[in-house]
Amino acid sequence: MTDVTNQNGAAQKPLLEIKDLQVGFKTTEGVVPAVRGVDLTLMPGQTLAIVGESGSGKSTTAHAIINLLPGPGRITGGSIMFDGQELTSFSQKKMEEVRGRQIGFVPQDPMSNLNPVWSIGFQVEETIRANGIATGRKAVREHAIQVLKEAGLADADKRLKQFPHQFSGGMRQRVLIGIGLSSRPKLLIADEPTSALDVTVQRKILDHLETLTRDIGTAVLFITHDLGLAAERAEQLVVMYKGRIVEAGPSKEILQNPVHPYTQRLVAAAPSLASRRIQSGTAATPTHALSDLDYAPTTVTESVDLIAAAEERLEQTSQGPSLEKRPDAIVVKDLTKVYNIRGQGKGKASELVASDNVSFSVAKGTTTALVGESGSGKSTVAKMILRLEDPTSGSIMIDGVDVAPLKGRPLLDLRRRMQPVFQDPYGSLDPLRNIGNTIGEPLQVHKVGDRTSRRERVLELLDQVALPENLITRYPNELSGGQRQRVAIARALALKPDIVVLDEAVSALDVLVQAQILKLLADLQAELELTYLFITHDLAVVRVIADNVCVMQRGRIVEAASTDQVFDSPQEQYTKELLNAIPGAGITLGV
Amino acid sequence: MAGYIFRRLLQALPVLVGTTFLIYFMVFAMPGDPLLALFGDKTPNPAVLERLREQYHLDQPFIVQYFLYLGGIFRGDFGTSFSGEPVTEILARTFPVTIRLALMALFIEFVLGVLIGLISGLRKGKLFDASALVISLILISLPIFVIAFVAQFIFGIQLGWARTTVSAGAPIQDLILPAFVLASITFAQIVRLTRSSVIETQSLDFVRTAYGKGLSRRRIIPVHILRNSLIPVVTYAATDFGVLLVGATVTEGIFNVPGVGRTLYQAIIRGEGPTVVSFVTVMVLIYLVVNLVVDLLYGLLDPRIRYVK
Repeated sequence: MTDVTNQNGAAQKPLLEIKDLQVGFKTTEGVVPAVRGVDLTLMPGQTLAIVGESGSGKSTTAHAIINLLPGPGRITGGSIMFDGQELTSFSQKKMEEVRGRQIGFVPQDPMSNLNPVWSIGFQVEETIRANGIATGRKAVREHAIQVLKEAGLADADKRLKQFPHQFSGGMRQRVLIGIGLSSRPKLLIADEPTSALDVTVQRKILDHLETLTRDIGTAVLFITHDLGLAAERAEQLVVMYKGRIVEAGPSKEILQNPVHPYTQRLVAAAPSLASRRIQSGTAATPTHALSDLDYAPTTVTESVDLIAAAEERLEQTSQGPSLEKRPDAIVVKDLTKVYNIRGQGKGKASELVASDNVSFSVAKGTTTALVGESGSGKSTVAKMILRLEDPTSGSIMIDGVDVAPLKGRPLLDLRRRMQPVFQDPYGSLDPLRNIGNTIGEPLQVHKVGDRTSRRERVLELLDQVALPENLITRYPNELSGGQRQRVAIARALALKPDIVVLDEAVSALDVLVQAQILKLLADLQAELELTYLFITHDLAVVRVIADNVCVMQRGRIVEAASTDQVFDSPQEQYTKELLNAIPGAGITLGV
Repeated sequence: MAGYIFRRLLQALPVLVGTTFLIYFMVFAMPGDPLLALFGDKTPNPAVLERLREQYHLDQPFIVQYFLYLGGIFRGDFGTSFSGEPVTEILARTFPVTIRLALMALFIEFVLGVLIGLISGLRKGKLFDASALVISLILISLPIFVIAFVAQFIFGIQLGWARTTVSAGAPIQDLILPAFVLASITFAQIVRLTRSSVIETQSLDFVRTAYGKGLSRRRIIPVHILRNSLIPVVTYAATDFGVLLVGATVTEGIFNVPGVGRTLYQAIIRGEGPTVVSFVTVMVLIYLVVNLVVDLLYGLLDPRIRYVK
């Protein structure tokens, strides 16, 4: 099953052939295996994607190839043949010759992978010099400019002297791609190269990477957690789960006919694919119907089918009064926020309009999604509604009450009824407080009940978010990302709020966990009549959770409509771009 | 840049006024009559006493004394000591010696501390690292005068490598041993700080990427690990300069170095307001300048906090 057959026949020799690779991490309790017997074959010029959730061993496999394993990591068995060389037998010194020169590497997070204290030019030039591509100051500099221009930095010659913090995330990733391809390697390892970026930026960068590697003839080993993205970008797909390959083969085949239960769950949970499935259902275009996909979830007991969840949610919300008749929970009118930023020039302060006359309303018990890329102002709007930032002008009405003048006691009461859940489940929980205290803290702050009643409420909340009771004495670092986000949701629900502001609440989670949390949110909404304001950059998620969508761009709402309208007949060019950028949207799935 | 330095120096003014006032007040509040103490067991002539009192403004209320002194400072007059020598002359005689000693100590602690800390961090858990940690812990736990006496005994008396006391004029070769002793405490701190900073930097993503780019370890260590690790160390070394000046008082006493420490100690015992305050003022000034230099250095090491305007 794990064999990747070469369709071009036996004439071509594989560029990379991994056989029974084993990687372990040395700990005090012995060696913990991270990769347990991985086989894969990559032909010259081909693209292969490894898909899996965090902890599946996909990144470890990639790092093992060029021996970039962190401290306690060791290859404990198997072989890695690259271009006729056995890489596992290479010394550190010999490996330096392979890295950069023969195998390029593009890391995951552009924010942390450039040294902040050296200029961009310096970091590109040292790569060129180390790999012996050019010598002499001028030649190296010219080559660096050329490399960066190829990677899509048009004004590279002017920006060489700038530092990483003066570049946007997308620009930094272009720099890293430029570095990775600077010596025209035969193989490029791209480890989640765009998962930290906005969808539209992601699309542009991946398109560019594809063109570049095709022109140079570089084979690409693409690591990602996004099945849709993988299928769109790679001919061959390898699905990893707990250190093993569970399924491998041509991308389209796997997507249309997943055999392994884990792959089936992934296919069912991937929001990018799910939203497309819903879309194809409502658009009623039979040629696009993915009927083959639909049997997948039924064969797996544990799976969360997003479409089913979304339909269920829709049914529940429509049981109440129809959407139009519900009273508005949040009404935002002409909300504007202007920041003064210190200018680079001669003491000139310039103004940044983060939110420009934003108006929308959210009906009670419904979900409105605020969608946009980073910098579009969506989080600023959320912060103002939560009264964490003061608006420059405009008004916010919560249940008909203007919240702007509230101070002290009434403000505290407002906070009680409106709770936030933030993006990073690692950063938003205090590592020194146990789960029970974390969830119970709002009750304490607002002096609700006594010790025993608070404890009861905490247990009730744990039950509501489907966490075991014994977690009450555990600490955040003992929990997984999904569990932490459940804790954050439980904390938000502690005071029985009417409104929950979810600021990128599922963006940092693996797809399967993401699907579970989305399902949980939908269930809770039906049960508790909650109103959600859902802030996200990911349109794919919106489809399964939101009733209405407001698309934001540069501080303005450019399009506001019901979810179906936005997906089926987007009016604005920008919305269309966002929709097209959803990974997997471009796959033509002929059945 | 010039504007930034000017602003920083302006900020130093209130700090200077505040510290001089505090020190002046504390010397004033010390019990006993400084003039009577000067005469020891002898009973002084009341007329002489009266004249001295007038000369040193000791008959005035505290606040008047303070402003007379402050006014003097702005005219470049730091007053005179009880021995009749202008304080400016004492400053000019003693400060170069102490600054030489402190700079030598700073050099030793920084170069050796960073080097040993770097090796320790790169070989975490190995024998070198373990020994460096134990030795630095011993140095931190021991009071400086114990280290001074032990060093005097071993290197001065047993081995005869260095003089136990510093000769007149404080030549550099005589100051080597006191400088090592003075550096010892902060040296241990710098070893530990550099070590932990190197360990942290080593695990950062951009270091892995640097390996991925095909750079050799020999290049990555100085360029990508050491430079980034130095940022917290440099910050520490700045605040640490004050510790050096304090440590100098003890070290100078033991090694008989004719520097600030010894003179200041004697002036405090005698309750000589102007001398004590002048010394402290100059020390504060040095401290502020060192901090400014370090802040500028910090911007050089880390472009993210380079000062605009």
